[in-house]
Amino acid sequence: MSRLLVCPPDYFGIDYEINPWMHRSNGVSKTIAMRQWQSLMQVLEAEIGAGLERMQPVPGLPDLVFTANAGAIVGNRAVVSRFRYPERQREEAHFERWFKDHGYDILPLDRSLYFEGAGDLLGFSEEWFGGYRQRTDIRVFPRISEWFQREIIPLELVDPRFYHLDTCFCPLSGGELLYFPSAFDQYGQRVIAERIAPERRLVVPEVEALKFACNAVCLGKHVVLPSACAETMRLLESRGYLSHPLPLDEFMKSGGSAKCLTLALD
Amino acid sequence: MSFAQETVVLQGHIIDSLILAKVLDTILMMGGTFDLKEMHIGATRDEPSRARILVRAPSVPLLAEIIQAIQPHGASVERESDCEYQPAPSDGVLPDGFYSTTHLATQVRVESEWIDVAGIEMDVAISIDPIRNSARAVPMGEVRKGELIVTGREGIRVIPLERPRERDVFGFMESLVSAERPHHPVIADVAKRMVAMREAGQHNRTGAKVLLAGGPAIIHAGGREALTWLIDSGFIHVLFCGNALAAHDLEAALYGTSLGYGLTAGRTVPHGHEHHLRTINRIRAIGGIQQAVETGMIKSGIMAACVERGVHVVMAGTIRDDGPLPGVITDSVAAQRAMRAAIPGVGLALLVASTLHAVATGNLLPATVPTVCVDVNPAVPTKLADRGSFQAVGLVMDAASFLKELARELGWSR
Repeated sequence: MSRLLVCPPDYFGIDYEINPWMHRSNGVSKTIAMRQWQSLMQVLEAEIGAGLERMQPVPGLPDLVFTANAGAIVGNRAVVSRFRYPERQREEAHFERWFKDHGYDILPLDRSLYFEGAGDLLGFSEEWFGGYRQRTDIRVFPRISEWFQREIIPLELVDPRFYHLDTCFCPLSGGELLYFPSAFDQYGQRVIAERIAPERRLVVPEVEALKFACNAVCLGKHVVLPSACAETMRLLESRGYLSHPLPLDEFMKSGGSAKCLTLALD
Repeated sequence: MSFAQETVVLQGHIIDSLILAKVLDTILMMGGTFDLKEMHIGATRDEPSRARILVRAPSVPLLAEIIQAIQPHGASVERESDCEYQPAPSDGVLPDGFYSTTHLATQVRVESEWIDVAGIEMDVAISIDPIRNSARAVPMGEVRKGELIVTGREGIRVIPLERPRERDVFGFMESLVSAERPHHPVIADVAKRMVAMREAGQHNRTGAKVLLAGGPAIIHAGGREALTWLIDSGFIHVLFCGNALAAHDLEAALYGTSLGYGLTAGRTVPHGHEHHLRTINRIRAIGGIQQAVETGMIKSGIMAACVERGVHVVMAGTIRDDGPLPGVITDSVAAQRAMRAAIPGVGLALLVASTLHAVATGNLLPATVPTVCVDVNPAVPTKLADRGSFQAVGLVMDAASFLKELARELGWSR
């Protein structure tokens, strides 16, 4: 059974603006956010059967809800994120404590190297991809690669709307990749094309990429994604996946969706 | 120095990810160049690769822009340290461990800043002034007590020659010495440069001077007229020679002989052996070569052309000299100093028929100065190359043939 780390959105809101999606004037309804989050949990837990580890929310840390950015994990080893923006740096201590309390060995990272966890580090079992330039510093990948003994192929993120790799790139359990090519430069697109066979590359149309169709959670044959992404669902279903569309638009106000709200623990 | 450089290191999965390709493309697209100094490719998929890249740009600001552009892709500037230095213990003595130069452009790092070493030449030391932030090449004999001399190897970088833009014989930068090498293409390329340099000199551009260092064989072999024409036509601006070249040339002007041999008839003339000493004596009597030319005593030849065209002449003496002629510097260190002072602005050097002057001049020239070494004896260009003047193009041929062919290429009609 897959286990996911989540954090209830008790203190979620738009308190600052650190990506093109965030506007403080665009108020978040706490009630709607809570309802959307709970239905996501309901689907993950009841329908898909994932185990959920709930973190304690902290007042004043509205983005703690996005646990994908807690760090990166292999087995019982973790790398805790080092956020680029000071607004989110205060989350680091809480994530670190959670990992420590749950028995993880932690790789200490140089303070000057930014790394935003599973938001920028995704992949298949042996082959990982690291998003860099917007948030994560490319120089962190050789260290993490050594620590986890995994190849990490860096991919430059060139569109500020897709500021984390998990906003435009979603590896699926069967080896397919759901992605939005324009979020990468020509080099990145070539690398993806060289690594993943054409029949395994599922290209999300821009209109759905902007709804964060790629910010999906894939557990076995189940894929949880934001609603109103019909073409993406068709692509997924053509490869035998079961789509679980959910309204998560309160979180989109902050530039996050299903994947950002979870961190796969194993 | 017209360019700046910095070494950066790139590591990780840089090959398959095309990160290395992207960094190198970025450098080129922005107008820089690079040298891949070291490349380690990871043996397995997990093992990272590592590249050390020397980035060069035509200016310091452009280099900074390039570095800024490649840093986000993981290129980090290699950790550098300042150069070390120690005061010279006494006049004419360098501190132990002093850095000995090459004749390639060199920079030293002082207070985190790379500065060019002025007046670079081979086998000298580097003296720095941390207050003025300047560095200069200093020969051992010239160093003064307390002068700060660069020691060790840290914080020093030697900049390799860039291939010149001109696609001529100097573009290959190889001191290939061969008697079989066709002469004409080399001479034609030298002539082309000399035309361009005379033109540049007329516009007061720097580096437009042509230096000729020559031996007396020029006169015996029959190259006097051609060389005189080259000087008269404004193609030669600096002349290095010894007592003999000048004495033979003046003898020819006064008596029509060279060491007593009639230059036209080709045989000894009665009492011809005296001409050499009589010439030197007459020049000594009148006060010097300049006076001899100005009073009309000397009417033709190389030295007369030099006086008339204002060529910078340095005559360095040796222990076998007769006289010597006034103006010959008999103190070797002083002669070296005078030659060194004539080097700035030289953009082409012709070393013709003199082992001594060719090697001495080669030692003083920065590698950036295209050099041709002409001698009938292949050992001379070889010796020059062996002593480090790798930029010199060797021509195994007779001095007179070389000068005549060169002069004809430039429009001499005889």
